[in-house]
Amino acid sequence: MLPTVLHCVRPVSTALSFSRPLAHFRPHMDPDPSRPVERAITTKLTNALTPEHLEVHNESHMHAVPPGSESHFRVLVVSPQFGGLSLIQRHRLVNEALREELSTCVHALAIQAKTPEQWGSNPSLAKSPPCMGGSRGDHTVEEKLKAGRE
Amino acid sequence: MNKLIRSSAKCLRAGAAVYLPGSSACARLLSAAAGEQKDVGDMVKKDKVVVFIKGTPAQPMCGFSNAVVQILRMHGVDDYAAYNVLDDQDLRQGVKDFSNWPTIPQVYFNGEFVGGCDILLQMHQNGDLVKELKKLGVHSNLLDAEKESK
Repeated sequence: MLPTVLHCVRPVSTALSFSRPLAHFRPHMDPDPSRPVERAITTKLTNALTPEHLEVHNESHMHAVPPGSESHFRVLVVSPQFGGLSLIQRHRLVNEALREELSTCVHALAIQAKTPEQWGSNPSLAKSPPCMGGSRGDHTVEEKLKAGRE
Repeated sequence: MNKLIRSSAKCLRAGAAVYLPGSSACARLLSAAAGEQKDVGDMVKKDKVVVFIKGTPAQPMCGFSNAVVQILRMHGVDDYAAYNVLDDQDLRQGVKDFSNWPTIPQVYFNGEFVGGCDILLQMHQNGDLVKELKKLGVHSNLLDAEKESK
């Protein structure tokens, strides 16, 4: 069965080119159309968890942050590596793969981590709850947005 | 009345603002007093159910934190400690360091880290939350609903 991946999972040869640290963003205020954070998340999760199905959704537009931000994400990872692991163990694997992003530019990460069997019996993406505006005026979020732009 | 006095006493011990919404002794909003050493390890053991959220149970400032509050409310869990990390940046980082978990909200049962919003939601959906609350000696409203439906 061919693995289904909805977002640009690069083949191995180009994936290697994203192994450098997450550092070289254009230093200006405009959103970066190449979506570097989203691509980095996709690459790192692919490399760490060899998912059969992966979705990486930038949900920043649903939150109180400027347009084009890459600060709030939802990921759906379907991987046989999750077999036998508790939810918290699975989420820790995802957090670990994205440690750099989470400590710099990513403020929120919603995670669904399923085994292929679980995905097969319930192939649905959960919805994030509506924003309550907490990111507005939040100094920690502002620092992360700045880190994402630099 | 006794319950109200007990929760007020607990809050005085914590040395901070008390929030008691409604007429019953509900979720206690606590925060560490200024200058006090932030010992997250102690904070999570003081109560059976402890949550670190953005905002308060009456006014959450984040959709994910609100989801945690609403899930606990659905289960009729009204006696828990809630800490607003927006009030205290040291606490906000301290919690993340303590659990080695990068995001807020964070939920603790009997001093043990359970997970964030996604995990609590999945536990609620798959019936595990009712079971875990029962183990804590906390009665879930939804346990009654389950029994009635059988």
